[in-house]
Amino acid sequence: MSQVAEPNQQRASEDAAGAGGGSGLRLRALTKEFATFTAVRSLDLEVPSGSFFALLGPSGCGKTTTLRMIAGLESPTSGTIELAGRDITHAKPYQRPVNTVFQSYALFPHLDIAENVAFGLRRRRQKDVDEQVRQMLDLVELSSQSRKKPAQLSGGQQQRVALARALINKPEVLLLDEPLGALDLKLRRAMQIELKRIQTEVGLTFIHVTHDQEEAMTMADTVAVMNGGVIEQMGAPAELYENPRSTFVANFLGQSNLIAGSVVSRSADITTVDMHGIAVSVPANRTHTDSDRGWVGIRPEKVLIGEVGEQLDAPGNTIPGGVVSDVSFVGVSTAYLVRMPWGQELQVFSQNTGRVRIFAVGDAVELSWRPEYAFLLDHAQDASAGAAL
Amino acid sequence: MTRKRGKTGYLLVIPGALYLLAFFALPFYSLIATSLYDPSGSDFRGYEMTYAFGNFVDAITDYWQPLLRSLAYGGVATVLCLVLGYVLAYAIAFKAGRWKILMLVLVIAPFFTSFLVRTLSWKLLLADDGFIVNTLQFLQILGDDGRLLATPVAVIAGLTYNFLPFMVLPLFASLDRVDYRLIEASGDLYANPITTFFKVTWPLSLPGVVSGTLLTFIPAVGDYINAELLGNTNTRMIGNVIQSLFTDANDYPAAAALSVILMTMILALVLVYVRRAGTEELL
Amino acid sequence: MAVMTPRSGGAGTRLGRWMRERLVLGLGLVVLAYTFVPIAVVVLMSFNKPVSEQSKIYKFSGFTLDNWKNPCADPAMCESLLRSIEIGLLATVVSTILGTLAAFALVRHDFIGRSSSNLLIFMPMAAPEIVLGSSLLAMFVAAGLGGQLGFWTILVAHIMFCLSFVVVTVRARLAGMDDNLEQAAMDLYATPSQTFWRVTFPLVFPGILGAALLSFSLSFDDFIITNLNSGNTTTFPMYVWGVSRRTVPMQINVIGTVMIVLSVTIVLIGELRSRRRRPA
Ligand SMILES: Nc1ncnc2c1ncn2[C@@H]1O[C@H](COP(=O)(O)OP(=O)(O)OP(=O)(O)O)[C@@H](O)[C@H]1O
Ligand SMILES: [Mg+2]
Repeated sequence: MSQVAEPNQQRASEDAAGAGGGSGLRLRALTKEFATFTAVRSLDLEVPSGSFFALLGPSGCGKTTTLRMIAGLESPTSGTIELAGRDITHAKPYQRPVNTVFQSYALFPHLDIAENVAFGLRRRRQKDVDEQVRQMLDLVELSSQSRKKPAQLSGGQQQRVALARALINKPEVLLLDEPLGALDLKLRRAMQIELKRIQTEVGLTFIHVTHDQEEAMTMADTVAVMNGGVIEQMGAPAELYENPRSTFVANFLGQSNLIAGSVVSRSADITTVDMHGIAVSVPANRTHTDSDRGWVGIRPEKVLIGEVGEQLDAPGNTIPGGVVSDVSFVGVSTAYLVRMPWGQELQVFSQNTGRVRIFAVGDAVELSWRPEYAFLLDHAQDASAGAAL
Repeated sequence: MTRKRGKTGYLLVIPGALYLLAFFALPFYSLIATSLYDPSGSDFRGYEMTYAFGNFVDAITDYWQPLLRSLAYGGVATVLCLVLGYVLAYAIAFKAGRWKILMLVLVIAPFFTSFLVRTLSWKLLLADDGFIVNTLQFLQILGDDGRLLATPVAVIAGLTYNFLPFMVLPLFASLDRVDYRLIEASGDLYANPITTFFKVTWPLSLPGVVSGTLLTFIPAVGDYINAELLGNTNTRMIGNVIQSLFTDANDYPAAAALSVILMTMILALVLVYVRRAGTEELL
Repeated sequence: MAVMTPRSGGAGTRLGRWMRERLVLGLGLVVLAYTFVPIAVVVLMSFNKPVSEQSKIYKFSGFTLDNWKNPCADPAMCESLLRSIEIGLLATVVSTILGTLAAFALVRHDFIGRSSSNLLIFMPMAAPEIVLGSSLLAMFVAAGLGGQLGFWTILVAHIMFCLSFVVVTVRARLAGMDDNLEQAAMDLYATPSQTFWRVTFPLVFPGILGAALLSFSLSFDDFIITNLNSGNTTTFPMYVWGVSRRTVPMQINVIGTVMIVLSVTIVLIGELRSRRRRPA
């Protein structure tokens, strides 16, 4: 499907030097081995210029290693890195139009804020450095702090200096390695908006590594989920969430109910699956297995819950025989665990619209969902992969 | 961090390493050789290499007293330094607030007046009719004809005084790295201050304790200035003996043998100590 | 009175708490004061008027400024002082350069013999001075240089024992440096040499300066190693040693006072400047 994300519509074209090539950043079969351990395994990735690209994945999956290879701080074992059609696989870090916002900021403690920001421009002997620094500090709202040393700033301010120091060079690609990781929730939300605003304003390509799925989903045009050195799936945030192709993605992004089933029939647009004696249907474009066994997946908020015999407004897949085994009232919704006849407990999030009553533990219920929300995954995959990470 | 390979590393380390090979390792080899020379030779007639291992036996039989005395004085001074130094380092690290830097400077400051000039001051302070002796006599701690100068007490006091900064600095470095919240957390978890000290503070400061005691003990054992200026003939330490064998008696083989024995004893003690303290980060 | 009791009791516990909180600090200050007792004597004795020129009695007997006005009353003392300064400066320069290079090699580079170099560099610190001094003497004598002991042999010895201290000091500073900083510089278009001179060196410099100060004070103050390898050359500590058995000129206390005032001033100025650059 869409391996290539939509380029950002609002990008200011005169800034990105790579605009001519129009091809952005391309990684081909990129591999990094540390002694015996393969941190990144034959990674293929294409990031169109001007897009906001988020890299998501559990700790140790190789995100930082990938960024460091793009920045030139680590040399790949094999594979190539191309930027705007130019091979930069073996270029030195200071020869690439790529800048990094380090997780620890790595501000130079002996230089003041203005000199930190001016560092890259001075190395490239640019003109009117002072003016550019002034504008950049205005952009990140730090003009009044320009003569302070990094240690005199707050965490959020330091983070903005790190961003300004990289941005001022107008790199073709800006790499952000969990730049918001150290901030508290409130500041984090504010910086997310700020980052997105700046990216839209300057129209650069951002590659953003984060642990926070909400952050990735709200900010990025394209999200890639990485696991064990490979990209499991990438695409627009909604696409990734609604139609995961592997159990890992289904569990890692949000939560999913995965129920074992066997394929009864396949037609052009519908796959019918026998799920513990109940026939359910899954759209063909959401069927991601060729074998005759699979995991039927459904998001908890897509599952409707009702009394036995109640006519639920979800035509198609109705599963009788459930018993509520746990109820937690969350406020906007209620989360249920429902024990099914085959012993599995399914999760259900029910909006507290007031139209359905709230069930109690022990109540007999029926579940149902619209067939177009279900997806079918390969049975060979581990149903708990990516859960609780 | 990854270390770079290539020839730059060699270029950088070779000048210093060669210097130490030439003026530390080679001399030490030469010292061992000298310790095995024929003891009947002399500076003028020259020495003959006879592998005279008897030199070591002679050295020990003749000088076991100053050897043991040196270890004892050095040991006592080290323990005293540890107690005093710990109090001072702890106060600087956790209690000094904004006076931290000033106190630290004051710890190093005495270091910058000549060691010998300071020791001469102690001689004056501990003199027979000096203020300290008079006070102690008045308090009946010291008999009327009791004295401090020319006693082991004076020598150990001098050693303790002179090597205190070597103890305080590593202790401070170690304690300063301890997160004070850990100490507070311990109190929060129902440990009283004494338990907190022995269960939290002390173990966390162990690297500083180990390097501080070594940095104090090693020079203290080899020192002879304090013994010479503040002691008498009954407080002679091994340094006095080696020095006078070299310069006054010109008995090089005996002096060298004693030096080798001293070095061996210190190395053995240090190895046992470091192993027991379980700190390998010294090297 | 009855009303007063609880309040005075409160004051008592408050006083008790106040004292308990400051007990450790107080004890620390007592220890610090102890280290200054002999310094006070040095300063006091620098104003002492000896009973007579030849008096062997070393105690305070009257106030005078003579010692300060005539610091070089004994030319031999000032001569030895200058010699110590000269040796100290030379030893500092050489050992700081060699030691800094070696520290960079040990922290930043991997090479065959790295751990043995480490051992070689730290061994001199595990050897008492008397052993270091007698080893050098044994080698000089074996090399037939027994008659030529003097300025150069002292210098060689001083460089040797300062070197290890320089390596340790600079190494600690280097190892404590965030290596992301250099990567950030490279990422911001600094070539390796620009990275070194604009980022690495300025950050390591305080460590190098500290190492140089330490070297100078170690060299200036050394007696045991120097005494074994000096021949007929006299350094300041050796001069003090010599006169300590005869008549002690009060001027040595003048030198002692000047040294402590100078060094405390230098260190404090440096500290204040760096504090102004990065207030807590
Ligand atoms: N220099 C190295 N030597 C050996 N292994 C390494 C090295 N750097 C990284 N690794 C390993 O490679 C794997 C990927 O590391 P990486 O730092 O890219 O993870 P990450 O996805 O950024 O994780 P996190 O989210 O925790 O930052 C990890 O298992 C790590 O242990
Ligand atoms: Mg990472």
